[in-house]
Amino acid sequence: MDQIGFLEPRPAVLSRRREIVADLLDLLPEGCLVHQPRELVPFETDAFVSYRRLPLAVALPETTQQVAAVLKYCNRYGVPVVPRGAGTSLSGGAIPQEDAVVIGLSKMSRILEVDYANRTATVQAGVTNLNISDAVSADGYFYAPDPSSQLACTIGGNIGMNSGGAHCLKYGVTTNNLLGVKLVLVDGTIVDLGGKALDAGGLDLLGVVCGGEGQLGIVTEAIVRLIAKPEGARPVLFGFDNSEEAGACVTDIIGAGIIPVAIEFMDKPAIGICEAFAGAGYPMDVEALLIVEVEGSEAEMDAMLASIIEIAHRHGVKVVKESQSATEAALIWKGRKSAFGATGRIADYICMDGTVPLGQLSHVLRGTAEIVAKYGLRVANVFHAGDGNMHPLILFNANDPEDAARAEAAGNDILKLCVDAGGCLTGEHGVGIEKRDLMRHQYTDIDLAQQMAVRAAFDPQWLLNPSKVFPLEGRPAA
Amino acid sequence: MTPIHEPLSEEAAARLVHVAALTKSAVVIRGGGTRSLHATPEGTDVLSARGLNGIVAYNPAEMTMTARAGTPLETVEAALAEKRQMLAFEPNDLRAALGTSGIPTIGGVFATNASGPRRFVAGAARDSLLGVRFVNGRGEVVKAGGRVMKNVTGLDLAKLLAGSHGSLALLTEVTFRLLPVPETAATIVVSNLNDAEAAAAMATAMSMSVEVSGAAHLPESVRGRFVGGALPDGAATVLRLEGLAASVAVRAEKLGAAMARFGAVSQIEAETTRRLWREIRDAAPYADGTPRPLWRVSVAPIAGQQLVAALRLETGVDAFYDWQGGLVWLRMESDPEAALLRRYIKAVGGGHTTLLRARPEVLAATETVQPQSDAVAALSARVKASFDPNALFVSRMVG
Repeated sequence: MDQIGFLEPRPAVLSRRREIVADLLDLLPEGCLVHQPRELVPFETDAFVSYRRLPLAVALPETTQQVAAVLKYCNRYGVPVVPRGAGTSLSGGAIPQEDAVVIGLSKMSRILEVDYANRTATVQAGVTNLNISDAVSADGYFYAPDPSSQLACTIGGNIGMNSGGAHCLKYGVTTNNLLGVKLVLVDGTIVDLGGKALDAGGLDLLGVVCGGEGQLGIVTEAIVRLIAKPEGARPVLFGFDNSEEAGACVTDIIGAGIIPVAIEFMDKPAIGICEAFAGAGYPMDVEALLIVEVEGSEAEMDAMLASIIEIAHRHGVKVVKESQSATEAALIWKGRKSAFGATGRIADYICMDGTVPLGQLSHVLRGTAEIVAKYGLRVANVFHAGDGNMHPLILFNANDPEDAARAEAAGNDILKLCVDAGGCLTGEHGVGIEKRDLMRHQYTDIDLAQQMAVRAAFDPQWLLNPSKVFPLEGRPAA
Repeated sequence: MTPIHEPLSEEAAARLVHVAALTKSAVVIRGGGTRSLHATPEGTDVLSARGLNGIVAYNPAEMTMTARAGTPLETVEAALAEKRQMLAFEPNDLRAALGTSGIPTIGGVFATNASGPRRFVAGAARDSLLGVRFVNGRGEVVKAGGRVMKNVTGLDLAKLLAGSHGSLALLTEVTFRLLPVPETAATIVVSNLNDAEAAAAMATAMSMSVEVSGAAHLPESVRGRFVGGALPDGAATVLRLEGLAASVAVRAEKLGAAMARFGAVSQIEAETTRRLWREIRDAAPYADGTPRPLWRVSVAPIAGQQLVAALRLETGVDAFYDWQGGLVWLRMESDPEAALLRRYIKAVGGGHTTLLRARPEVLAATETVQPQSDAVAALSARVKASFDPNALFVSRMVG
């Protein structure tokens, strides 16, 4: 695919490539700069694999000071910088460009402090999401946001994209669980935003840095909130004869004032794909499946489930299946969380991420099916229904350029449908390059100009992750 | 006399700001005027949001509401109560403590990020704010965010507007998420702990799987001023549980048993629980009709009592704690002691403080918020300029 453009590489940077590499080698310890073309290949894309660009070089600093030194250098010489965590972005947030230095945080992967009395963990940005929960699990705590890629994705990347996950319905997304960051500004200045105190005072810069897609600075450390693990958790499967009833059931559960910790939705194609991969015990004779997880004491889970089951029966639920053991529960989640990977085994796919108001779920599911059928493609739906965050996976054949173009066009139509239904382009994956050119469908020029003005307050020369988020046309002169 | 503008529509507000931008006249943005005692500076106009009134959309099944910024908070809360929903962050009402008399507005709640006891587990006002419409300093009407729970489309400007105290823009409309009102609530009281013991007890409670939704420590000096003196004698460390009745009963038993090793345990039922936490939220003991300096201090939970212990060695203070000890309401006997307070906040690991109340001349002469590092201050100034390039909007609280 090559429909999404990048900024033209800056000739002044390309022509000085050799000098820049030599200077960066001086700035960094041995083994912290990748610059041989062959070795740059692993950094040419992320999980949005349709697009790839080789960067000029990749810096892998070991300290905040080294990050600052590289940024200061790049800022001085007008070299674009693309921050990178684990490279799991589904929207192309970490895809580099020919004139850019990638700053990868993979060597900064230490948990610096766990403070149970204040319920915080202080970690370096390259720590994986799951590592935080693993480190505190034995003591009865966890870190709540749980993107499906949590085994690989880093907390720095989570902050960049304000990542969500299945359990956000109750616990919120990254921004609601982030107390502070150490941020390196584009000129190399190091600032601390937030901290263990809940109110920081002044403008909430932390709030805008989270979800800033690496355009406002590079986060090198984070203070995150730890939560005591619930006494118990129980995922329950609800099978329905059609997607509309499943969608309406979700709306009614929330409308009844019940907030489970997660409500996940899968349609028949997704059920088939995930079951074949994980053997999770999903019912195969239903058109739509909800995974509803409740947590708390046995009494609390029983009471909540009773209400949920009653609502599901009003919607003609066909199968209700409670997990009978921790192993079964783990399998249910394994199936759900491997949905994208499992889909990748049977076809190429692009994953949409629009979020819609809950009352629009059935309408948008129907519309999605119509759009995909119009383009002659197939779709599997697997998503966070409780907060309206949809993930249609559009299946296509990447070796057929026309098929790929059709998939991209169908994806754009689906996202416009989400916006027109009162929702947004992206709920948790970020704009990246993928949704950049659709931003004007959601925002007016004035809305976008205000966002770009804030961006420029952090990065006046537009050096940080420059090809992302904002349409390339209509940007202010740097 | 300070001119007060009260536009009745977003367009009218935008025109007013546009004119102010042309004439370069400074503007103070105001909602209900209940949360600040700062005098309006000489030569500034007041731009009030009160004329922007009314709930625009309320869809209980989606748990979101959109309201114009000047809508009275009580109007919002009454509409929510009808559907047994609420604002998760428990916005406080500071009128009694500050001696102010206006009507709190929903815009003012978000512009000040006003958050009550549930904040340390359910987030602040900013965490419930999904979308905003505002008039920036160029007189442009801008929207940011939306009305869905999860939204990472572009920069999260709503977060910047929350707690900006009118320094960036005039909020004209806010969209926020809601939560169901818990079926019931109860409070576990641990009696007679000193401040340090209370900090340890609260940390233990928060480490348990019982979902404490409020953790406050009310030393003996203030205990009698809550719920009409109905709390047991001695300092009261109070822990709130909310949820389904069956679940609250089970959790109360478990929590009470664990707290017994810290001190005498008793339990308060639902109705008194609601009154107690409303009074904690509103700093009721300091609604004392005096102008004695009142600080609201936010530090790490464990640091709250360390800060107060250090201050007590040098000056006369009275204090109680919310947010597991991380929110300290501090009343000074005479002088605000701003320098001393800032020094000790730094010594206990940093945090933030706001002087909410003092005699007018003292308030005018005191830096009422915690100074920031030079780099953060410079960055904040650039961010302010990106909303308000002519520095029209004047605020004593930010920037």
